Amino acid sequence: MTSEPVLSPRYPGNWTRRHLLDVESLSADEITTILDTAESLKQATDGCRKKLALLAGKTCANLFFENSTRTRTSFSLAARRLGADTLDFSSSGSSLSKGETFVDTAKNIEAMGVDIVVTRHRTPGTPHLLAQNISCAVVNAGDGAHSHPTQGLLDILTIRQKRGRIEGLTVALVGDITHSRTARSNIWGLQKLGAHVIVCGPSTLVSRRWEELGVEVAHNLDDIVPRCDVMNLLRIQFERQSTRPFPSVREYALLYGMNRQRMARAKDDILILAPGPINRGVEITPDVADGPHSAILEQVTNGVAVRMAVLWLAAGARDAGS
Amino acid sequence: MPTLHIRNARLLDPSQRLDRSGDLFVRDGKIVAYEAPAEPCDVVIDARDKIVTPGLIDMHVHLREPGQEEDETIATGTRAALAGGFTSIACVADTDPPIDTEADVQFVQHQARRADNCNVYVIACVSKQRQGKELAELGQLAAVGVVGFSDDDAPIENPELLRRAFEYSLMFDKPILNHAEVRELAHGGVMHEGLVSLVLGLPGMPSSAENVMVSRDIALAESTGGRLHLMHISTRGSVDLTRHAKQRGVRVTAEVCPHNFALTDESLYTFDANFKTNPPLRHQKHVDACIEALVDGTIDAIASDHSPLASEKKTCELDQAPFGAAGLETTLGLVVTKLIEPGHLTWSQAIEKLTINPARILGLANKGTLAIGADADITIIDPAAEWTVDPRGWQSKSSNTPFAGWKLRGKAAATIVGGRVKWTAES
Repeated sequence: MTSEPVLSPRYPGNWTRRHLLDVESLSADEITTILDTAESLKQATDGCRKKLALLAGKTCANLFFENSTRTRTSFSLAARRLGADTLDFSSSGSSLSKGETFVDTAKNIEAMGVDIVVTRHRTPGTPHLLAQNISCAVVNAGDGAHSHPTQGLLDILTIRQKRGRIEGLTVALVGDITHSRTARSNIWGLQKLGAHVIVCGPSTLVSRRWEELGVEVAHNLDDIVPRCDVMNLLRIQFERQSTRPFPSVREYALLYGMNRQRMARAKDDILILAPGPINRGVEITPDVADGPHSAILEQVTNGVAVRMAVLWLAAGARDAGS
Repeated sequence: MPTLHIRNARLLDPSQRLDRSGDLFVRDGKIVAYEAPAEPCDVVIDARDKIVTPGLIDMHVHLREPGQEEDETIATGTRAALAGGFTSIACVADTDPPIDTEADVQFVQHQARRADNCNVYVIACVSKQRQGKELAELGQLAAVGVVGFSDDDAPIENPELLRRAFEYSLMFDKPILNHAEVRELAHGGVMHEGLVSLVLGLPGMPSSAENVMVSRDIALAESTGGRLHLMHISTRGSVDLTRHAKQRGVRVTAEVCPHNFALTDESLYTFDANFKTNPPLRHQKHVDACIEALVDGTIDAIASDHSPLASEKKTCELDQAPFGAAGLETTLGLVVTKLIEPGHLTWSQAIEKLTINPARILGLANKGTLAIGADADITIIDPAAEWTVDPRGWQSKSSNTPFAGWKLRGKAAATIVGGRVKWTAES
């Protein structure tokens, strides 16, 4: 590994956003700026392998109140690829159970000289409250079922790389939409960039209300398979459900699992995504997950690229005082 | 006791369909006459451009003492009541320990006397320790003067217990007040279930959680002949069920909270726990239904559900924060600003829901009226006062309001309890 930059990407002059809290509040131009920046950083780091010095001297703290391995690792790697120091602070469960509010916890981390706080919390809105209370840049790494902006952006980046565009594509999000922050992040981003979005799953996990936001709602996967350009297969979030919203995993897999038979009825160039961790045999069979249409591992690489972009943009906006 | 003369008043008393200009003469803590007294009075108040109403009554207040004095005490809560224009409040039993014995009731009564602010009436538990298992000693509680029975935010889940409570309380002619919420349906929810909760990924409390229990409560009140008061209803379904029940002659009354007619679930886009209430802030269609029900009389009373909470309890994750908003000091302003000024209610209709109606529901004799001989509990309202909600200046110990920064019209200029001026806007 070399610390010598291959070429130095240019910081987008129009970027002013210090926090990345959700995709809902981003404009189409801002989303495109993040994707472009991610691509240039991916190239400059030779596919996220080499190191740049764009964040040298900065400190990036992972403040995770909910378990995570891959997202935390991906953010850490992204920060280090850009030369930042990283700090991991994990606390499963509520900070309140220790008698300290999460805002106090964050203020303590900030007082250690941190520039960027990457945070994950089981409660929607927690990053938004943090952003109001600390002067670091705040990046949301997942707040309950609300938002996971870098996941949405890396999914969209993968689609754009594979298909060259977003506008006009039909993208299905399949599975547990109700409890999915990935779904919420994808829906806003894809719609802003002009895709047609379908949410598909059991009626207990896919509300008809999504139609009010211009999203197509489907409960029969076989009906929509032939129309899809992209299918993003979401995991069932058993940990967020109070009562099981379908009779059995077996029935779910039969109704909503993407398998060889369904692939045979899909478009020739269908793109299969899954945010991971995947449950083989539930939402996706192994032959589909490992097959030629799957971009699951490219998503992981793009995750590092998107997170490099987001950290760099946020740090720059903070330095500029916005 | 000093004599009191309020002159140049607009006297507004829905209990007598009274709305005219005149004077009010108070002696020995009672309303004596509507004309200027012959002899000079000890205290003279010029109420020019003000509205003089019976002392306002808030029938749903959490005073938090004993047990949660970090949120409020009986002294601070009753002071907040005076500042809000209330001369009488009814406090609920979700204290620690819960108010389910004569001694608990007498403690609250004693602290209220010591505070010497407004009148405090006690709504005691329906069930021992609010456990929903056995009836509390309703007869003994009635004997020490409680005005109703409620387990408050622990809804009475067992229908058999509620049936017995209705039947048994008939002997004392006291209402059973219930917080209608099916826990299994609202479980884990932090806001109204709808498009906003869907977008925010927050667990929702469906309107059906309220409707189902309102329906059950009405059925049991109807079959027993018991008196049901529905606390803070908030849905179109509840309103419709209540309206139909009243048409059938069921002995049911209902209240609504200001935040449920003044705010919608869209407030939760802020993720601010001050907007986390139970019942939750609902969709506009439910807000409209509540206002319609206020207009046609389906909803009898406006109550604050004053739920003071220490600031550290509200500055935390939305799912960790307790439900509730402190409301004693904003209720009158919200009624004027959101119900009277837009033309939904006349002054008379609005004041009725803050005076004689809650007095009748709770059986408060000589309260909620300016009738000759009634207790001289009087609120002098400045209908044109414009003010900004700033909880930093509150009398309440807590500042958890969803209305901080709101510009309101209408404020208590003076609050008079038993013939004594207990509060003026200048004080």
